[in-house]
Amino acid sequence: MSSIEIIVFLPLLAAIIAGIGNRVIGNVAAKALTTGALFVSTALSWPIFLSFVAGGQPAYVEPILTWVQSGDLKFDWELRVDTLTAIMLVVVNSVSALVHLYSWGYMDEDPDQPRFFAYLSLFTFAMLMLVTANNLVQMFFGWEGVGLASYLLIGFWFKKPSANAAAIKAFVVNRVGDLGFMLGIFGIFLVFGTVSIPEILAVAPGYAGSSIGFLGTRVDVMSLICVLLFIGAMGKSAQLGLHTWLPDAMEGPTPVSALIHAATMVTAGVFMVCRLSPLFETSEFALNMITIIGATTAIFAATVGLVQTDIKRVIAYSTCSQLGYMFFAAGTGAYSAAMFHLFTHAFFKALLFLGAGSVIHAMHHEQDMRYYGGLRKHIPLTFWAMMAGTLAITGVGIVGVAGFAGFYSKDAIIEAAFASSATYSGYAFFIGVLAALLTSFYSWRLMFLTFWGKPRWINSEHIQHSVHKTPEEAEDSTGGYHPHESPLSMTIPLAILAFGAVFAGYIFKDQFIYAEEGGINFWAISTLDFDVGLIHAMHAVPLWVKLSSTIAMLTGLIIAIYMYLISNDAPQRLAKTFQPLHQFFLNKWYFDELYHFLFIRPAFWFGKQFWKIGDVGIIDRFGPNGAAYVVKYGSALAVRLQSGYVYTYALVMLLGLVAAISWMMVR
Amino acid sequence: MNISDLPILSIMLAVPMIAAIICLFARAHSARILALGATFVNLVLGIWLWQHYEIGGAQWQFVESAELFGPIGWKLGIDGISLMLIMLSVFLMPICIGASWYAIKERVSEYMAAFLLMEVLMIGVFAAQDLMLFYIFFEAGLIPMYLIIGIWGGTNRIYASYKFFLYTLLGSVVMLIAMIWMIQQAGTADIPTLLNYDFMPAAQTWLWLAFFASFAVKMPMWPVHTWLPDAHVQAPTAGSVILAGVLLKMGGYGFLRFSMPMFPDASAQFIWLIYGLSMVAVIYTSLVALVQQDMKKLIAYSSVAHMAIVTVGLFTFNQQGLEGAIIVMLSHGLVSGALFLCVGVIYDRLHTREIDRYGGLSINMPKYAILFLLFTMASIGLPGTSGFVGEFLALAGVYKVSTWATLICTTGIILGAAYMLYLYRRIAFGEQKNMDAAAMEDLNGREFWLLTPIAAAVMWMGVYPESFIAPIRDDVSKIVERVAPSTPQLDGKFLADDPGTAQYRVGANTNESSEGSAH
Repeated sequence: MSSIEIIVFLPLLAAIIAGIGNRVIGNVAAKALTTGALFVSTALSWPIFLSFVAGGQPAYVEPILTWVQSGDLKFDWELRVDTLTAIMLVVVNSVSALVHLYSWGYMDEDPDQPRFFAYLSLFTFAMLMLVTANNLVQMFFGWEGVGLASYLLIGFWFKKPSANAAAIKAFVVNRVGDLGFMLGIFGIFLVFGTVSIPEILAVAPGYAGSSIGFLGTRVDVMSLICVLLFIGAMGKSAQLGLHTWLPDAMEGPTPVSALIHAATMVTAGVFMVCRLSPLFETSEFALNMITIIGATTAIFAATVGLVQTDIKRVIAYSTCSQLGYMFFAAGTGAYSAAMFHLFTHAFFKALLFLGAGSVIHAMHHEQDMRYYGGLRKHIPLTFWAMMAGTLAITGVGIVGVAGFAGFYSKDAIIEAAFASSATYSGYAFFIGVLAALLTSFYSWRLMFLTFWGKPRWINSEHIQHSVHKTPEEAEDSTGGYHPHESPLSMTIPLAILAFGAVFAGYIFKDQFIYAEEGGINFWAISTLDFDVGLIHAMHAVPLWVKLSSTIAMLTGLIIAIYMYLISNDAPQRLAKTFQPLHQFFLNKWYFDELYHFLFIRPAFWFGKQFWKIGDVGIIDRFGPNGAAYVVKYGSALAVRLQSGYVYTYALVMLLGLVAAISWMMVR
Repeated sequence: MNISDLPILSIMLAVPMIAAIICLFARAHSARILALGATFVNLVLGIWLWQHYEIGGAQWQFVESAELFGPIGWKLGIDGISLMLIMLSVFLMPICIGASWYAIKERVSEYMAAFLLMEVLMIGVFAAQDLMLFYIFFEAGLIPMYLIIGIWGGTNRIYASYKFFLYTLLGSVVMLIAMIWMIQQAGTADIPTLLNYDFMPAAQTWLWLAFFASFAVKMPMWPVHTWLPDAHVQAPTAGSVILAGVLLKMGGYGFLRFSMPMFPDASAQFIWLIYGLSMVAVIYTSLVALVQQDMKKLIAYSSVAHMAIVTVGLFTFNQQGLEGAIIVMLSHGLVSGALFLCVGVIYDRLHTREIDRYGGLSINMPKYAILFLLFTMASIGLPGTSGFVGEFLALAGVYKVSTWATLICTTGIILGAAYMLYLYRRIAFGEQKNMDAAAMEDLNGREFWLLTPIAAAVMWMGVYPESFIAPIRDDVSKIVERVAPSTPQLDGKFLADDPGTAQYRVGANTNESSEGSAH
């Protein structure tokens, strides 16, 4: 067995054994098995990745099994390994392994642990199938597989109605995107006669300028296909319009949010666009759409993130916003920058989520930041880890010297947007800088509310529940509750991810975003469209552009310091002054209400009408029941005629005779 | 005498027939054992049949022919499509007997006899090579099902069985007239001969409509579907399994075996009708399924939506569409059968089909919850299960013909996810709000072994569908060839180098193309 087969199938095997056999092997064995499997997969993944970083390693495809052969539609189970795969392998496996480890501590009191670990490993398997896919249908398999795992994990605490609702929402909204993905695959098969990724990419440029019928109109082939595929990406990566499931997905346990809804699954859309980048390069329309939607999502999610009070929801919207960055990077042609941000984001966002989980763990499951405060001294390790994550996401660094991970990747995206010649790159650049300001603000707001100031947690119901006191009875604002630092199983993953958040940008920048020999060789062994010209232009932008994101970051920081550290009531005053806007942001731009009104209520209403009026009222009434009625009524009539009285029969006979005679006479 | 010279199909018909007759005179428990034994023998024979079926060999294999009275001949023989559907029947049959083991307490011997007779008729339908023989099997299948619903059904069983009978019989009468006319016209009732007989286009239209009347009801297509929910709700569990698993497939089989190859021109002519009804069915019945309070009704409505994918898939006239439709038929046979078994498991404990009476079953019935989840996902069409392969291929085929139909039918994957997950949530998730539901025991050994073989088959068909596609490949391509001259292409046409869409391209000169984009 080759190492890639072990990497992919070991988590599946562990998931099956832990999921089905946990009664036999016991809790600890199930947890150890899944965690161990993931650490083995991680250990095998890094050498593959490093061999691509070093260069000279060719891409290869490992066949597994025939899947479907139907006429000229053929696709197999196979594992493709190239640079893109290798990046995703280390991201997925490393984060997954650390999340498995972290869950030992975080889920310690849960009665259902083997099921949780089995789902995590199942997710990892599906994600690995997605990133190793050599054809679109296997990618779709992974795509749906991660969707299933996400559904199961969001609804892990299945007694909670809110968790169940969020799980269904996540699955169904993703299915809307999948509709686009599926139609895209059908279109590709119709046009190219194959669904194999390398074959499609090889011939795609030749098809530019062809048209195809779609819903009664004629449209550009490549634009249609790319837009349909991108709709799929929008669903999975929670882009504007199909993003509503992601914040609700925070109902799942926090390690799940870190793994699935920050580091890996939600980046699948970005991965898909990068994997198919030569295809997207043939359609300017699709690229413009990606740019606009990505940039708009980046700013939309950032504005909503400004006012949320649930610590996980802030990070969720932050994720949504950062995904927007990755998309508009792809849309402006800087696929390598998108992948770089995906790579660094995985580390610092997983770190932030796991850090938040550690805070929640310390705060007796309280998630509302209004009831935190001053936690810096109580949980110092968590604090420093979160600090590393915040420095990374806000992109702290000195131009030309060094910086945290986000400094390299986010700045690369903003600079590429400036340098790009794409139609909407100016919009993307402007939004990128503005969103960087907002990112900095909401990230620091989170830090200040959580770790600075005075403890405010006696107002939290969770804490009151824990110390059995109401705020009136309590002697001070802590109520005697002392948060404790999380166990080692949770702090070790934090430390490792913090290392990544600090150094991942600096170490790998040459391969990802520099068009020197290292970068060109690195991307040459993948399907990613590496635009050397754009990369050179990106590094040659004017100094003010390079400084713009740093200035935005500092501005956000200063506002946050003023509002949450210096002033006492600035947030409240501001909220009052701009009340409509505050409400608009707080209610997430009213997307949920809109969709409820537009889709969910009508669906149930129509369902009821079709059933009660359509089936029962019309079809049955005039169909079988009507037929029965006719028979019954008709026979009643016949019965009445057969009265048995001779005079009736005589009368009828007479009338008949008269009628017959008059007919003959008239003729 | 060589073992392969045995009239294997006749034997497969004789075994359950003889067992059925003996059952009538046996006592309850011996009838159960006998029925299980006979269906297992047929399963073994079926496996033998599959193993000895030569893929890529003659179109019709295991052919038997004998004179019977008048124009009707005892002609049997199978191609790959028949083989797969016979396998589905013989696979589900022992499971049905097992599901009825304790659930049926009255008139057990008659019940078992009715099921065995049902098996005879199902195999007969798929193996018949004579038009009249086919008709007899096809219509006689109504009788045992009518009895099963009418005698062993729920409280409103008389209405349901009457509705079932009325609907299905009306269509068949017209089909019988058409068949008699065909036999007179072609001078033979031999199906393989008729397959290559060219009827006049004008006659084809009427013949097609006559067959359609029967098959559309059996399928069932919207708007002649309303017998199905009632029949399912009132039928005993095993009756639902056979109804959804095999009887609904007879409509699709009919389209595949008769309508398309015998009347290709008419099939192409009526494609709008099929597509229109199917598109309505997908949206309409999915939405109706969403608001159901009765588990069996919900799954029944979902069946109508799935069968609509079969009809659009069949009438694509291309390899993917047809193969996909057949896989959907097989997959739906397994999955909906399994879902009805899942309903039966909890119905046997609580004696209600109302969804709200359950809840939180993951807690007290974890094994049940896992298997139910698997079948739910297969019904939704998750890749890796049988449902995906079928739907994907069928819809990929439809896309070649009509993008409108593809778009509408593919929304079925969204709505399907919505109603199935909503069902699963209300049954398996949430708090244990009903004490009696919370006290239910997990699957016992018998129930576990009824469901796991289906689960294995569903996964097998999802991961390595080649086992199921390979036998039907040649037969499907023969049908595709036969209908090729009439193959329609609606709105998905591909045009190379169209100046009309130049503005969407990278590096396009927009000035040049602006005039071309006007139309």
